[in-house]
Amino acid sequence: MTILIALLTLGGLTLLLALMLTIANKKLYVYEDPRIDVVEGMLPHANCGACGYPGCRPFAEALVNGEMLPGKCTVSSEDGRKAIAEFLGVDAGSEEKRVARLACAGGLNVAINRAKYEGLTTCRGEALISGGSKGCSWGCLGHGDCETVCDFDAISMNEFGLPVVDEAKCTACGDCVEVCPKDLFSIHPVSHRLWVACKSLEAGDGVLEDCEVGCTACGKCAMDAPNLISMVHNLPVIDYSKNHQIQVPIQRCPTGAIVWIDEKKGIIKGAEAKKIIRKGKKMLGES
Amino acid sequence: MLNLTANTFKHGVHPPENKEETNGLPIRQFPFAPLIILPMQQHIGAPSQIIVREGQEVARGQLLAKANGYMSVPMHSPVSGKVRKIANVPVISGQMAQGIYLEPFPFSSQEVIEGNPIPLSASPEEILQGIQDAGIVGLGGAAFPTHVKLKIPEGKTCEHLIINGIECEPYLTTDHRVMLEQADDIFMGIRYLLKVTGAKGVIIGIEANKQDAADHLSGRIPKDLPVKVQVVPVKYPQGAEKMLITSLLGKEVPSGGLPIEVNAVVVNVATTAEIGRLLPHGQGIQERVVTITGPAIRKKGNYLIPIGTPLRYVLEQVGASENISEVYMGGPMMGVSASNLDISIVKGTSGIVVFGDNDIKKTEKIYPCIKCGACVDACPIFLNPSKLGILAKFEAYETMAEDFNLMDCFECGSCSFVCPSNIPLVQYFRLSKGIVRKRKAALQT
Repeated sequence: MTILIALLTLGGLTLLLALMLTIANKKLYVYEDPRIDVVEGMLPHANCGACGYPGCRPFAEALVNGEMLPGKCTVSSEDGRKAIAEFLGVDAGSEEKRVARLACAGGLNVAINRAKYEGLTTCRGEALISGGSKGCSWGCLGHGDCETVCDFDAISMNEFGLPVVDEAKCTACGDCVEVCPKDLFSIHPVSHRLWVACKSLEAGDGVLEDCEVGCTACGKCAMDAPNLISMVHNLPVIDYSKNHQIQVPIQRCPTGAIVWIDEKKGIIKGAEAKKIIRKGKKMLGES
Repeated sequence: MLNLTANTFKHGVHPPENKEETNGLPIRQFPFAPLIILPMQQHIGAPSQIIVREGQEVARGQLLAKANGYMSVPMHSPVSGKVRKIANVPVISGQMAQGIYLEPFPFSSQEVIEGNPIPLSASPEEILQGIQDAGIVGLGGAAFPTHVKLKIPEGKTCEHLIINGIECEPYLTTDHRVMLEQADDIFMGIRYLLKVTGAKGVIIGIEANKQDAADHLSGRIPKDLPVKVQVVPVKYPQGAEKMLITSLLGKEVPSGGLPIEVNAVVVNVATTAEIGRLLPHGQGIQERVVTITGPAIRKKGNYLIPIGTPLRYVLEQVGASENISEVYMGGPMMGVSASNLDISIVKGTSGIVVFGDNDIKKTEKIYPCIKCGACVDACPIFLNPSKLGILAKFEAYETMAEDFNLMDCFECGSCSFVCPSNIPLVQYFRLSKGIVRKRKAALQT
């Protein structure tokens, strides 16, 4: 008898709760396009945010709603983008690949450290202590916060303590832009190959004391390409809306602060840029 | 009159004071440097706006730059001379910021020109305006514009005016000497401050290691002023605004709030003296008292240094030894280690402490947190630096701010001071606070 009561009570309770759940399921049902799950499955799951959405799922929703084209995802492979486009029956769209570019060339072999820093070995930590030990106020501090934060292994520190971006791996997610305390990174289309690798707002010999490859604001590049380049606050500013596929401006740069980032050969400096052969660390007062 | 109470805040630390070498030395005038470098951002808020041009000749005390809005102060010329250049100058934050290079006239009498005097009979608004026009900021080190601090918000009343003569930072004796030598200016400043704040009583808080200053001041209190000198025990960070209120009034300023929440306003004693000295003449700040000390300095002392004097020139004049290893702008607890000797003395520089190579213990290896709780016992505002430090290491900045009150930390450095594992806790917290602020600002836009 006792067993029966127990069974009936629990069984009844089960039925009641099941009924409630069934009703809730019918009444509160939210329709979600089943294609969203499929598209999300086809995306790279990097959740990097390069597309402008917080992660892959919101981007998948935007794709299914037709707000975006699959080409906006620069992390996917060409085939992956095509597969999504075919599945959704839309044009794949083409998004020019964008990469992070570093506006500093002052590695340990060319730029001096005027102080010795002890403390947290992160750039953001060092930047708190009166701007860090680097002679140049704008220069890379070289602890590699960007290397650590990069989810795609696209940034590696070279032997002179400067980050090098692997264009093939970079997804333009912008994490390095956010983490750099000196704001040296910016996201650019890969076609922007003419590049100013300096952020120093100083002019003249004062720059060279701190860094041999800094921009001295001599203005030769602006003279050679007057429509393309203008000097603003002692730095050349390239107007990328004009035709910038020319290597003329880099040719006469005496320090090699304006460079051409070649797809295969890497960074190319002009013919008149001084050659840096020092392999060790540049010391204070050394010329 | 003297009221020695044992009331003080809980927790805190006792770093070696090292004040004996300079606290007996009178304030001396410092020579004018051959080139004055004057950054426009010497205070919290918008940089001053330059109103002179290159090549212009200026008199000492003349306005060089005007305040750019309410949260800003003007800048006056520290010397009679010529504006050589308006360009970027190095500042302590490590950036280059707009500034003026001034060349003093070599044989000028360097007299300060008079401005529009603000008499005591002026209205509170006029006095507040006068304080801004004089370019006065908190001279204790924070350089927060004083007129903003003194503006009592609507619906609030100020009952207690607290004059902060604590100077708990080791090595520094700036406020000590000001209290001994500028008593009249301090009381004049108090008269102005009473008028502005409408406070009913004034307490001058002094740490027990400056008994002579307390005796000196309490012997000179004018009959008509409701001033009380109160000596509090020596403990770091006694001079922090919120700690001082706890010690003197027994009240706690709520988290994220200002002292006016407990009806108090705290003003540094050197700032008070400067208000009392400058306002009757309508002049602006051209110089300030700086303690220059530390094992690597030969001629230690308290100097009246023109604002904008380059640090390198200062160190040459006081005979710094060859092997300088660390230069602190401010005291060793909260001051900033300078990475560049080309920066100059600014309004917020209360001291320069210099160590040589052999005088300072090099940073040892940073060990993991052993959860000993020494930092928890040291934190004067009852945070949990141990937990915060671990969270900072794992970059859990939001958790730090929301669940562990990171933003209340005022970076006194007590936790780092006691940490047996050498964990740079304050550096972690400064970093974390900056990131939290940045993310909040990004969310708002």
